Amino acid sequence: MANNPSFLTTRLDEAIGWAQKYSIFQYPFVTACCGMEYMATACSHYDVDRFGAGLPRFSPRQADVMFVVGTISHKMAPVMNRIYEQMADPKWVVAFGVCTCTGGFYDNYATVMGIDTIIPVDVYIPGCPPRPEMVLDGLMKLQDKIQDHRASGRRAEPESRPEVFEV
Amino acid sequence: MTNSLIDMVTDRFPAAVSTSHAYRGDETVVLRPEFLLEIARFLKEDPALQMNLLVDLTAVDYSTFGKSPAPAFFASSGVAVRPSPLIPDEDPWPGPPAKARFAVVYHFYSTDHKHRLRLVVPVEESKAELDSVTPLWSGADWLEREVWDMYGIRFSGHPNLKRILMYEEFEGYPLRKDYPVDKRQPLIGPVN
Repeated sequence: MANNPSFLTTRLDEAIGWAQKYSIFQYPFVTACCGMEYMATACSHYDVDRFGAGLPRFSPRQADVMFVVGTISHKMAPVMNRIYEQMADPKWVVAFGVCTCTGGFYDNYATVMGIDTIIPVDVYIPGCPPRPEMVLDGLMKLQDKIQDHRASGRRAEPESRPEVFEV
Repeated sequence: MTNSLIDMVTDRFPAAVSTSHAYRGDETVVLRPEFLLEIARFLKEDPALQMNLLVDLTAVDYSTFGKSPAPAFFASSGVAVRPSPLIPDEDPWPGPPAKARFAVVYHFYSTDHKHRLRLVVPVEESKAELDSVTPLWSGADWLEREVWDMYGIRFSGHPNLKRILMYEEFEGYPLRKDYPVDKRQPLIGPVN
């Protein structure tokens, strides 16, 4: 069945993918100053609701996209990991801001050097903080990814990072 | 300045004050560690002082002080990095406490008399322990835990002396100058 999908099921999957990408329930994991830009994106000037992502859920059980917004410290990392594990599949992760992408300008005892050392990340939105336009661009990239996932039945593997960085 | 806070402390405890200085009315007393609790109680309870607010409690690691030139962050912006030489400083800073590696700094304020005083207590690395002032100012609780967490200075008599910012499994004291700046001890995930 999966190897030889009929016309009907592919059309159906496409329709479900279309519905899914326009009904993103996000879990905002906001820890730092990027949260301000996240709020700016969510409010009426940029209006994230145009993309169907206007209703954040404050329970990971009800969310399907986790927005990690702001610096993650080593002390916070197990909490973030637990929230991620509590989300039901299918789930996606957006790294919002350079601190979540790479650690940003922090290079110290406290900060995680990118959340992708801990959990898989689907979309990276760099910037310190990223402009709302950039966030919306990242959101649209995520929507494409959700549609592809549904249409192809395969989820793009997150890019792996080396275990140790040579500096 | 007559009848300054420095004089009030020095007259009462001549043996406890090792040095003192003032910069434009901002007064500092450097104490011998064993007198800390006695002087703290005097500062809080004396009617002429009534230091009822502990503004801040922190520590300094002087182990690399003066070994490399200070980076002048504001030099290019035109903001002076030192007090202007045009304004005389009658009672200059005597420098870091000799021999002792650390100094614990207390900032007190009196909401009744509207005056401030800074206490500096040198702490040696081999005996990094001080009396806790938490019984006098309950606000010192978390501040002393932070100093313990970041500098490894113990406070005897503290009700709950454990790490406050870092996690229990963390080894070492990250704000000590000999802690490598890029050393990482992650709780989960790879060392990166």
